[in-house]
Amino acid sequence: MGNIVIKDLCKEFIERRSEPRLANSGDGFRRGQTVPVLQHIDLEFRDGELVCILGPSGCGKTTLIRIIAGFDKGTSGTVLIDGKEVDGPSSDHIFVFQHNGLLPWLTVWNNVGLGLRNMERPEEKAELIQEYIDAVNLTGFERHYPHELSGGMQRRAELARALVVNPEVLFMDEPFAGLDFLTRLKMREEVVNMHQLFRKTVIFITHDIDEALVMADRVILFTDRPARVKADHKLEFPHPRDLQCEVELEELRKDVYSALGVHYAL
Amino acid sequence: MNLEGAKRFLGPFAIFLALLALWGLAAQYAGWSESAFPGPRAAAVGMWELVASGTLLKHSVASLFRVTTGFYLAVVFAIPLGMILGWWKMGQVMFNSLIQFLRPISPLAWIPLAMLWFGIGDKPAIFLIFLSSFFPLLVSTITAVRRIDPLFFQVAANFSFSKLETISKIIFPAILPSILPALRISLGIAWLVVVAAEMIAVKSGLGYLILDSRNALRMDYVLDAMIAIGLIGICLDRVIRLLNRIKSVSWGTK
Repeated sequence: MGNIVIKDLCKEFIERRSEPRLANSGDGFRRGQTVPVLQHIDLEFRDGELVCILGPSGCGKTTLIRIIAGFDKGTSGTVLIDGKEVDGPSSDHIFVFQHNGLLPWLTVWNNVGLGLRNMERPEEKAELIQEYIDAVNLTGFERHYPHELSGGMQRRAELARALVVNPEVLFMDEPFAGLDFLTRLKMREEVVNMHQLFRKTVIFITHDIDEALVMADRVILFTDRPARVKADHKLEFPHPRDLQCEVELEELRKDVYSALGVHYAL
Repeated sequence: MNLEGAKRFLGPFAIFLALLALWGLAAQYAGWSESAFPGPRAAAVGMWELVASGTLLKHSVASLFRVTTGFYLAVVFAIPLGMILGWWKMGQVMFNSLIQFLRPISPLAWIPLAMLWFGIGDKPAIFLIFLSSFFPLLVSTITAVRRIDPLFFQVAANFSFSKLETISKIIFPAILPSILPALRISLGIAWLVVVAAEMIAVKSGLGYLILDSRNALRMDYVLDAMIAIGLIGICLDRVIRLLNRIKSVSWGTK
């Protein structure tokens, strides 16, 4: 389970700024006018796929997954998860936030247990919590509060909290933003490992092209706003991947960079 | 006691000693008579009399009782009401002007009405203390709820929290770090107001002790009552600050 179908999804915002974002791009700018963010998105994510969504910043990636997760509504079009239309957030699809979404007044243990609070048997619940804390290598930090953990550990705790409820889909909106380079690399590895272990559908937003190429089963490229699907690549390479060794991957990387308008950065 | 601890204790102690010396000098050379401006020695003698006869204890307990009751009532009403008004946007629009209208009216302005409604005794004083703490607490609670990171509400929605769970597991713990300073401030105000309230409607409490001693021209007792008010004020502040030690309360301050 965890099959997502997006049909002809559009989203418009009402302009609330009193001035255009850039002073000299003000042609056609009017306060109160509608601004299209997503235009006719048609996508299907298969069960268990790890999909990375790439696109220029501000193009509407976050808007798209917020709509899929039920935090926002599209202006028109439908989103179906396992055949059911999404009409609000649910503990079947957990969102891992861009910034720290752990509740700072709860320990790691209680944060991970958040989705299990209605479980009847306490021993079973405790076992499950411990299992997932162990799975993200946070053993020994159960009684710590989020602010006592490093950035990477916080993300791992959040990952455990998301996985413990056995969701159909996991949404990750730039979950590694703000982590240092090495921690980022380690977290990529851990998410890939988790994905291979639990086989959930993962929708992963990033603007780091290498990150997408190293992790994803599929990379979807968005255009600038209003966002449309520009390219859709399947990546059938085994993990762990080495961008330097796989010739095909290296080719794809160049393609993606130039599709996003960067030609000399390499 | 290590050096750091000694410094922490000795620093404030030295300031108080300096104040005491200054007071002694001022009393001696200000040119007022001993009965108009007693020095530390006279105040100490008076303090001993008040403590030995049990008068000071009796009046302190009376004041503390009123402050505690009025303050608890304010906490019990203001914090839940503030949580509801902070969360419910329409309620805020409706009630904000009323709150801002009532808030600047000094609790002391209510004294005539309070006496008329509640008669003589503890009740009017408790009512005034309630008023004095209620509005600061209400306004801080509303502000604290409005400043909660919207992310936490999304987490709550994602894990299918009910409304009641959102209040008890998100809103309440989220506002605690900013409520604590508000509690400290409003308890301070309550302690200010009790003295004024006791000068009017009752025959006990530290405010009454001050008034009564003035009538008896015992300025040493007046000063002693002031010292007692200050000391109890420090203790009350300490008690509230103890709450900061709880980790799930002080998460916001790191």
